[in-house]
Amino acid sequence: MTITQTKTPAPTADERVAKRSPFQKLLGRPEIGALVGAIVLFVFFALVSPTFTQPNAFATVLYGSSTIGIMAVGVSLLMIGGEFDLSTGVAVISSALTASMFSWYFSTNVWVGVGLALVVSLGIGYINGWILMKTKLPSFIVTLATFLMLTGLNLGLTRLIGGGVSSPSISNMEGFDSARAVFASSVNIAGVDVKITVFIWIALVAVATWVLMRTRVGNWIFAVGGDANAARAVGVPVKATKIGLFMGVGFCAWILGMHNLFAFDTVQSGEGVGNEFLYIIAAVIGGCLLTGGYGSAIGGAIGAFIFGMANKGIVYAQWNPDWFKFFLGLMLLLATIVNLIVKRRAELK
Amino acid sequence: MNANEIDQQTLLQNEKDPLTHTPVHLLSLERVGKHYGNIIALSDVTMAVDNGRVTCVLGDNGAGKSTLIKIIAGLHQHDAGVLNIMGEERKFGSPRDALDAGIATVYQDLAVVPLMPIWRNFFLGSELTSGFGPFKSMDVEKMKEITLKELAAMGIDLRDVEQPIGQLSGGERQCVAIARAVYFGAKVLILDEPTAALGVKQSGVVLRYILQARDRGLGVIFITHNPHHAFPVGDRFLLLKRGKSIGYYDKKDITLDELTAQMAGGAELAELAHELEQLGGHGDIVKEVKGEVADVAQTTGKTYG
Repeated sequence: MTITQTKTPAPTADERVAKRSPFQKLLGRPEIGALVGAIVLFVFFALVSPTFTQPNAFATVLYGSSTIGIMAVGVSLLMIGGEFDLSTGVAVISSALTASMFSWYFSTNVWVGVGLALVVSLGIGYINGWILMKTKLPSFIVTLATFLMLTGLNLGLTRLIGGGVSSPSISNMEGFDSARAVFASSVNIAGVDVKITVFIWIALVAVATWVLMRTRVGNWIFAVGGDANAARAVGVPVKATKIGLFMGVGFCAWILGMHNLFAFDTVQSGEGVGNEFLYIIAAVIGGCLLTGGYGSAIGGAIGAFIFGMANKGIVYAQWNPDWFKFFLGLMLLLATIVNLIVKRRAELK
Repeated sequence: MNANEIDQQTLLQNEKDPLTHTPVHLLSLERVGKHYGNIIALSDVTMAVDNGRVTCVLGDNGAGKSTLIKIIAGLHQHDAGVLNIMGEERKFGSPRDALDAGIATVYQDLAVVPLMPIWRNFFLGSELTSGFGPFKSMDVEKMKEITLKELAAMGIDLRDVEQPIGQLSGGERQCVAIARAVYFGAKVLILDEPTAALGVKQSGVVLRYILQARDRGLGVIFITHNPHHAFPVGDRFLLLKRGKSIGYYDKKDITLDELTAQMAGGAELAELAHELEQLGGHGDIVKEVKGEVADVAQTTGKTYG
């Protein structure tokens, strides 16, 4: 060591890095656009309709959000992983039908059907991912095919086994009450009934966020979505990660399917078509990049919350619900533009 | 046959492992070949890599350089010849296999995921974890700290490891990838045209890191089409052309001019000059090419055209 050595050691606080305030850091988050949108929408409906902010009404809004949000968790992670799933809407119904038809036909405890439905849901996800990885086709095509096939299977098998367009009621079967308690009950908080799906939703978002930000698998999800070739080259198991993501979507579909089944005890076999777009919209509004590699689970949750607020808010404001889809489209466009602007500005700073 | 051209077999036999003094290379290829369908991408390539040595692979576009590194890196499997690691015959099924054998590759274009922060890229595929079973989580603070420290040790002065790596310059990105490979205990470092897309100054920076990696005891395979980049850092030179080896030299047996001449292909240059003249090409350019031909002829002792 000489005294002429003037080079400073590894800089921990570099003078070229301007201290970023917490506010600026917040602006760099993927879900910031959605958060701003959610606040604006909340204030708007609170002003337009006084009932909107009442606890009971708000619990309903949260319930509506959760039925989208549960799926949006899986779909967001999948989108960050660079893929797309169009079969999610009908996969929820497939799961519910599997559980009810199986336990009804074989007169088993409904929990057996619930278990089988989980296997089937994960299996659908696995098959989606496996075909995608084997054929290297775009996920749009592969899952569009699964979507059509599942739609047909739902209708065809329900008629073949049950002889109708809806599954037979299973409300007096063994295990129904305990299953309903798990998947479709309400929790009373300070005099307000909050549906259990809200808590499942929050738990899923928390787990997904932890996985994404703090585990190796999360690192891999970002990597396979950002640049699958680079990820493969440094030893990331790209195939396993992507197939796992599709199975994660399957898991979410199972939870929502079970909720649908035990909330109403019967399932319409033709339902679910079109819902896949709502989940994708929630993820996109929440700041997940369609091309992959960027986004967050919380963003997807905020996207679902925006959806829930608009859906119920229109009713509370006593407008004609016919307008809902128009608002949804407008919101998707605005949220995406806001995301784009915010992201660019945050990157410049 | 040129006087400087040494038979590959004799060259190999004279090599001894610097540590064990047995004729074993850290990595060696013997008559390795690869074809895609009916297209022969590579045939009969023999080369060796040793600790603390830089083996340069030179060749023009389509010479088979990429195929060669893909075989060593485990992205493709060779279908002729032998790939030895420390004298043991191996065939890699995946990049993971190659990594486990201590072979790290820094690719020109797919070295990193641009949208991810530097520290996430640095540890991608080999993340540090703490905790047990399903509750294993990444040790984020430690990973950030190591990233900053390792990059500083390589002389890369970074601003913020949290910024997306896509915001760094091409040279800096290459350096992060090199530092990553060094940190994860690579024994063999493959660099795929690290200087191809860089300016003069940035190229110099990358060349310095190559020497630094060499001095840390790594065997380096440096792929390039620029003899001026290869010569100052290389210990051995393998020249590829149309999937075949056209020469394999130790540094003492070749000069920069000869290397350049071999790369440029004197005969082809002469042909080009001829063609340009016939087409009524610009006088200056023709003169320039002719001058080049004369230079090449002088250094290799052959006459062309």
